[in-house]
Amino acid sequence: MTKEVMTANKAVAEAARLVKPKVIPVFPITPQTSISEYLAQYVADGDIDAKYVKVESEHSAISAAVGASGAGVRVFTATSSQGLMLMHEIIFAAAGMRVPIVMANANRAISAPLSIWNDQQDSIAQRDAGWLQTYVEDAQDALDSTLMAYKISENDDVLLPSMVCLDGFILTHTVEPVDIPNQEDVNKFLPSYNPKHSFLDPKEPMTLGALADPGYYFEARHAIEIGMEKSIDVIKKTCKEFEEIFGRKYDLVENYKCDDAEIVLVAMGSVCSTIKAVIDELREEGEKIGLLKIRVYRPFPVDEINDAIKNCKKLSILDKNITFGIGGALYSDIKAKINKETYGFIIGLGGRDITPDTIKEVYEKTKNPEKDVTWVGLKKEDD
Amino acid sequence: MPDEKSPFLKYLREDRLPTIFCPGCGIGTIINSFLKGVNEAELDFDNLALVSGIGCSSRIPGYIQSDSLHTTHGRAISFATGLKVSNSDLDVVVFTGDGDAASIGGNHLIHAARRNINLTVICINNNIYGMTGGQISPTSPKGSFGSTAPYGTTDNPFNLAELVATAGASYSARWTTLKIHHVVRSIKDALKNPGFSFVEVISQCPTYFGRKNKLRSPVDMISYMKNNTVFKAQVPSLSRKELEGKIIVGEFANTKKPEFVENIKELSKSKSDSEPIQNSAYLEEF
Repeated sequence: MTKEVMTANKAVAEAARLVKPKVIPVFPITPQTSISEYLAQYVADGDIDAKYVKVESEHSAISAAVGASGAGVRVFTATSSQGLMLMHEIIFAAAGMRVPIVMANANRAISAPLSIWNDQQDSIAQRDAGWLQTYVEDAQDALDSTLMAYKISENDDVLLPSMVCLDGFILTHTVEPVDIPNQEDVNKFLPSYNPKHSFLDPKEPMTLGALADPGYYFEARHAIEIGMEKSIDVIKKTCKEFEEIFGRKYDLVENYKCDDAEIVLVAMGSVCSTIKAVIDELREEGEKIGLLKIRVYRPFPVDEINDAIKNCKKLSILDKNITFGIGGALYSDIKAKINKETYGFIIGLGGRDITPDTIKEVYEKTKNPEKDVTWVGLKKEDD
Repeated sequence: MPDEKSPFLKYLREDRLPTIFCPGCGIGTIINSFLKGVNEAELDFDNLALVSGIGCSSRIPGYIQSDSLHTTHGRAISFATGLKVSNSDLDVVVFTGDGDAASIGGNHLIHAARRNINLTVICINNNIYGMTGGQISPTSPKGSFGSTAPYGTTDNPFNLAELVATAGASYSARWTTLKIHHVVRSIKDALKNPGFSFVEVISQCPTYFGRKNKLRSPVDMISYMKNNTVFKAQVPSLSRKELEGKIIVGEFANTKKPEFVENIKELSKSKSDSEPIQNSAYLEEF
């Protein structure tokens, strides 16, 4: 194991190197670009024995990924924002064809108006596709989650693609120390990919994505739901195996001082680090506040959330996305599944800064609620 | 610096200046050539609608004082198609680049050419993805370097002006930023041509293409263009080896062909004797 200071983009590229994919079709887009550049270099230098395809668009990138995965090899790709939007059609097809692709998504706002800055609207817009989604907090999490994603997706009980979501610029372009696991340990954790299903084997012909009439389609979609449900246990087991080999502990959610908290903030991604710092500060002032980090958003970890928040009085959900007309996506999911007094907060869209004061304002507004969903950080009219 | 202001300054959104373009970039030259072409074509500036996608070239409409649509990557021509058919009286110009037009939006380019819809597409071809920092594009010459091809690309490039001509455009030409008078005249002809007009301008990107391909300064890049440009008329007299790596400039199509919106108008007239669809959005006003 070596320690190196790097961006989360490089951490993802390092993970992609370690899992030894055979095909990497990728198209550059800000702020994902350096992932595609690192991988081009690794492939050119022979550090990864893969075919690197400089495709003409993200639609082609994910299509080529499906084709390659359908042929039974490990595949990696990465994108962001508009690129993910362009992939939308194939994102659903990939889940439906049950190809265990792993893709990193550098979270970035969606046009219009055009924005290259961070929020999580892009991957949230894909939440219904049948992909597993992990939101990472830092560069180490990005590397580790990418490694784990393969093991989870390739599990026969799951066979669904995974999206590793990392906050654009906040993680993709800032550096921090990252442990790079050595290849032997990764090989032990994630052996080479040998699909049991005859993926497009000419000797045993099969079709992926065929027309399913009303007599078949319903069951095919139900099978995705079963895979999603089973993935909960697979993720837990994978996190345990990961901890045994690499010593770092992960779970579907992270409970940060929730047990005795009266108000629990719920959030995803890099903002959790800011929230933790605010919690430490407010705790010193005697405030009973905690954070529940949703690390795995799909499958949605209902039991783990209920377990972590059982003692608190109120939930405060922070969303870097908006489902217009209802509030944030995480807020609406929690409202649907968790029985607790809950308030939603829309923060940080299009890269609007989320400072400790933003978090404190969320906390104050949860203590003295005025409405169900509040946008925090809007400019005043005369600003 | 002369005190006299550029005669074209009135066409620019001065509050948006300076531009984001790198020192030595060819885009400034092309903006100038475009405004000169508009002037020489005696176009009503107020009738101009500019459309762009994503990339360095797509930032141009942001600096020009006209109506504009800044769209998604590769789709500018599709947005422009909708604009043109809904109000065919507008002069619609698309600014695009090799990535926007030929990579992610390649399909729209050839289909607009096939339809011969009356748009003017100015494609600034710098042979690399500039905005994202120097990755190989579909026009990067074979063997050239980019951040996704650290040891040179093995892919064959597109010949855009020829591709668009073959796809059915009534006007298609290629020039370089070195010979501005060609670009100006070509843009003027393109604006006046009642069909799909494609002007490819080979432009220098010293920041990325130059740096990665041992042409570090704008002067190096311009000199390279100067030494490697061949007129289309000379091509038959040159061998394949002599043409290797050369930039062939000239007109690849300049013909009269039925235009897409006109065809629709004629069809509706002949079948139902009704007024064409054009300007339907504005009917109530008249």
